[in-house]
Amino acid sequence: MAAVQNSSTHPEDNLVQKGIKEGIFAGVIAFGLFLLYIGVVTEQNIHNELVYRFRWFALAVFVIIAAVGRFLVVTVGQPWLAARKADAKNKVADSGESALKKALPKLALVFLLAYPMLAVGLAGPQGSLKYVDNFGIQILIYVMLGWGLNIVVGLAGLLDLGYVAFYAVGAYSYALLSTYFGLSFWVLLPLSGILAAFWGMILGFPVLRLRGDYLAIVTLAFGEIIRLVLINWSDVTKGTFGISSIPKATLFGIKFDASKDGFAALMGLAPSSAYYKIFLFYLILALCLLTAYVTIRLRRMPIGRAWEALREDEIACRALGINTVTTKLTAFAIGAMFGGFAGSFFAARQGFVSPDSFIFMESAIILAIVVLGGMGSLGGIAVAALVMIGGTELLREMEFLKVIFGPDFTPELYRMLLFGAAMVLVMLFKPRGFVGSREPTAFLRERKAVSGSFTKEGHG
Amino acid sequence: MTMAPGNTTMSKDDIILKVEHLSMKFGGLMAINDFSFEAKRGEITALIGPNGAGKTTVFNCITGFYKPTMGMITLRQKSGKEFLLERLPDFEITKKAKVARTFQNIRLFSGMTVLENLLVAQHNKLMKASGYTVMGLLGIGGYKAESRRSIELAEHWLEMADLIDRADDPAGDLSYGAQRRLEIARAMCTEPEFLCLDEPAAGLNPAESATLNKLLRSIRADAGTSIMLIEHDMSVVMEISDHVVVLEYGRKISDGTPEHVKNDPKVIAAYLGVDDDEVEDVIATVESLDGGANG
Amino acid sequence: MEYFVQQLINGLTLGSIYGLVAIGYTMVYGIIGMVNFAHGDIFMLGAFAALIVFLILSPIIGIAGVAVIVLLLAMLVVAMFMTSLWNWTIERVAYRPLRGSFRLAPLITAIGMSIFLSNFIQVAQGPRNKPIPGLVNDVYTIAGLSVSLKQIIIMIVTATLLAVFWYIVNHTPLGRAQRATEQDRKMAALLGIDVDRTISITFIMGAALAAVAGAMYLIYYGVASYSDGFVPGVKAFTAAVLGGIGSLPGAVLGGLLIGLIESLWSAYFTIAYKDVATFAILAFVLIFKPSGLLGRPEVEKV
Repeated sequence: MAAVQNSSTHPEDNLVQKGIKEGIFAGVIAFGLFLLYIGVVTEQNIHNELVYRFRWFALAVFVIIAAVGRFLVVTVGQPWLAARKADAKNKVADSGESALKKALPKLALVFLLAYPMLAVGLAGPQGSLKYVDNFGIQILIYVMLGWGLNIVVGLAGLLDLGYVAFYAVGAYSYALLSTYFGLSFWVLLPLSGILAAFWGMILGFPVLRLRGDYLAIVTLAFGEIIRLVLINWSDVTKGTFGISSIPKATLFGIKFDASKDGFAALMGLAPSSAYYKIFLFYLILALCLLTAYVTIRLRRMPIGRAWEALREDEIACRALGINTVTTKLTAFAIGAMFGGFAGSFFAARQGFVSPDSFIFMESAIILAIVVLGGMGSLGGIAVAALVMIGGTELLREMEFLKVIFGPDFTPELYRMLLFGAAMVLVMLFKPRGFVGSREPTAFLRERKAVSGSFTKEGHG
Repeated sequence: MTMAPGNTTMSKDDIILKVEHLSMKFGGLMAINDFSFEAKRGEITALIGPNGAGKTTVFNCITGFYKPTMGMITLRQKSGKEFLLERLPDFEITKKAKVARTFQNIRLFSGMTVLENLLVAQHNKLMKASGYTVMGLLGIGGYKAESRRSIELAEHWLEMADLIDRADDPAGDLSYGAQRRLEIARAMCTEPEFLCLDEPAAGLNPAESATLNKLLRSIRADAGTSIMLIEHDMSVVMEISDHVVVLEYGRKISDGTPEHVKNDPKVIAAYLGVDDDEVEDVIATVESLDGGANG
Repeated sequence: MEYFVQQLINGLTLGSIYGLVAIGYTMVYGIIGMVNFAHGDIFMLGAFAALIVFLILSPIIGIAGVAVIVLLLAMLVVAMFMTSLWNWTIERVAYRPLRGSFRLAPLITAIGMSIFLSNFIQVAQGPRNKPIPGLVNDVYTIAGLSVSLKQIIIMIVTATLLAVFWYIVNHTPLGRAQRATEQDRKMAALLGIDVDRTISITFIMGAALAAVAGAMYLIYYGVASYSDGFVPGVKAFTAAVLGGIGSLPGAVLGGLLIGLIESLWSAYFTIAYKDVATFAILAFVLIFKPSGLLGRPEVEKV
């Protein structure tokens, strides 16, 4: 770029000059930004009074990082990006790559089926807990939530900022009905889904006239209302204390405990909590597959096409005789239903639910996964969940960072900080998400992916 | 100014759409004022008039996007079933009364392929065949067969609209003229008895215009769909329409055959924008040019 | 009756703070059509800047007499400057590259920014609540009503700022450029308006108002926390939508209404459900007036 602006001097010199200039500018800005928040730290002293002290060194580090970072971006990053862009233009689509892409879902499935075995094999039953539970189950829950919300946001184009409400409905349905009435997981799983779908309809009905950001804030409001009711209706929900000792799920009536007729005893295995986690892993995997299957099928059915048409142009839908109210309601209800399934699973997994699990930030994270993945794309959403949830979980494991930053360093503190920063960065580089193109639902001669530049994101 | 000839001799069956005393008020503005006309089955009726005359508003009233302040819109199907359109919600006008429309600024599902656009148009039929999704999801019932038939219908209209080679491309990728034709083909996939086209020829070049005329004629001939169109391009209007209604400031000023309307002094005055007493002069001028200009 | 008027005053005080933040939401929405989700956290940054200035300055100049006025002014000015710089940078780095792209992309970066900012303050300043000693504690009793000096200051500052702001938007070339950009960005650019600069200034103005609100919030409640951005942010966003997003008088009206709903509901019903009441009223209003109270109805152009 610099070379174009001034071709009389040597381009590299110019780039360096520009880099230095912008680097200094970034340093000055960073000094301003961080002067109070990094340069000064507020702490309570022994008398519980708030005092401050200066942290000039940390401030200097930040300023230098900003300046050097900007310098490197200008001198190295931008030319590299520009070159890559030019390269991409010249490069023709690689057919070998697309064959790999086609096989990827199957490979991923095989890997997922073998994953708990691998974990047990490599780390032993006790050691596998972390991998199966913290990574496997945790990521798959978000995959399922992302796929559920995808129906509402990705397909129907209705911006829902309160999706976590349906997750909460599912979780509390299971928690309450199993503790009060002793109903089993397998009865409550579908029931939770139905209840969540029912709430989806109730909440959906009044807001259908609203568009865009109005819809967004009202769904956000509904999400908050449900959470606040869960907090305050303590006679039933036990308020912020939450409901604990929720019965676990069973497999054909077999319990996963250390009892005589528990799973481990029946199988002749040493008792371990790992089996329950492995069972849960396969359970959530099955639920995810169900979600994916239903989504894929629905997309090829009139209702799914109507959702996508709704996202593209609502007025045209009405002119084609499509009842937009029922179409939107089904999207809301089905999306909510999967949220409800995930919720009852969540309750069975944790054995404990409290309103803290259903804050707005959860909705934001799920929405972020849908958008980062590429709206409408199941594969992209799964990748986004893997990167964002897996990545932040990974941070918990980074004990070696203590060697670098000292023993007081707690990587978990930086989890959400990095999560937020990653959301920004991914959007900046891939505004349409990891998978920007859309797979057509029917074709006459050949299936060609529709480029993201044609698809719309809906108005509601 | 007389009504279209033969109004009394025609049987009731020949009239597909009857608009009576239609009025539409926006705030204090009377966009349409006591407007009445009839469209005959199997004909192409053109609604013309200067900019802002209220043509699109009439369309929006017919297709249910606006609810008229006053008046009655009756649609009579081939079967003899009658619908009062002003009482139906917009989507039911298409679904039940079988009235389809296109838009002045094209409204396609640009991120979906051409074929998908045509399949969305067959939504209601397919919904029923899929047992409102439930049966189709389970793979029972006649959804597969119906789905195949719907693709055949789509193929038929793609052939007609000369878009068959673009079937698997995104609709947003088509040229402007092709998008116009696709919008018409999509409307035809709802299998309408009455098709309303809002300025189908706007922005088309002469070659595209000619393709469009061909498409419209074949719609009338093959599908037996009656057409009503808003158009500014007089060559299109005069060439293909059987019946022309002229609107100015929300009132009807002329109604009849293209020939009749072309020579109606009021129409000439409306289009050329002259005072009433100058109309005579204008007529004289027009006649001296032997009506060579197309309006 | 006195109790009612008392609650009215409390509600208006709170409402002024919400209104100031809501203006930032509504302006940014008006000019580039995005919900700046990080705006609540800008408000929180404002509160923290005021807090830190207070901590640094109060031992030097004391908190008595004229010093209080100097202190308050310094808190306001520094907070405004800091948040302006932050919002300007955020717009440059995170929103501008996405302008004209996919509509949800800036929304997601804004949510990401919001998460980033609150966690940044949590990491940099610690997760605990930060209390400050009461700054202006005078309370006047007029006709049985107690009005604190804080409340008077908050209302006066809000009213003054609104007047200044009103004048800028409606009677200066800058305001004209903003309104033109709001109507049609491309056309405004063609007519020689520096659209980028106008948008930057809009962000700066919104941030400055949020900083004032943040400083007021700190003075009123005497405490700041990294998580303070979310709830007031959502309330202010709710206020902006209630009033009709994009409409400046609507934002102020919405803010005042939400403040009033909150304080009156807490006074006469259960305090636990005050937020439920706020959100329920929002949903209720939008169902009957889908564009908010003062918003322009969205014309469905067919």
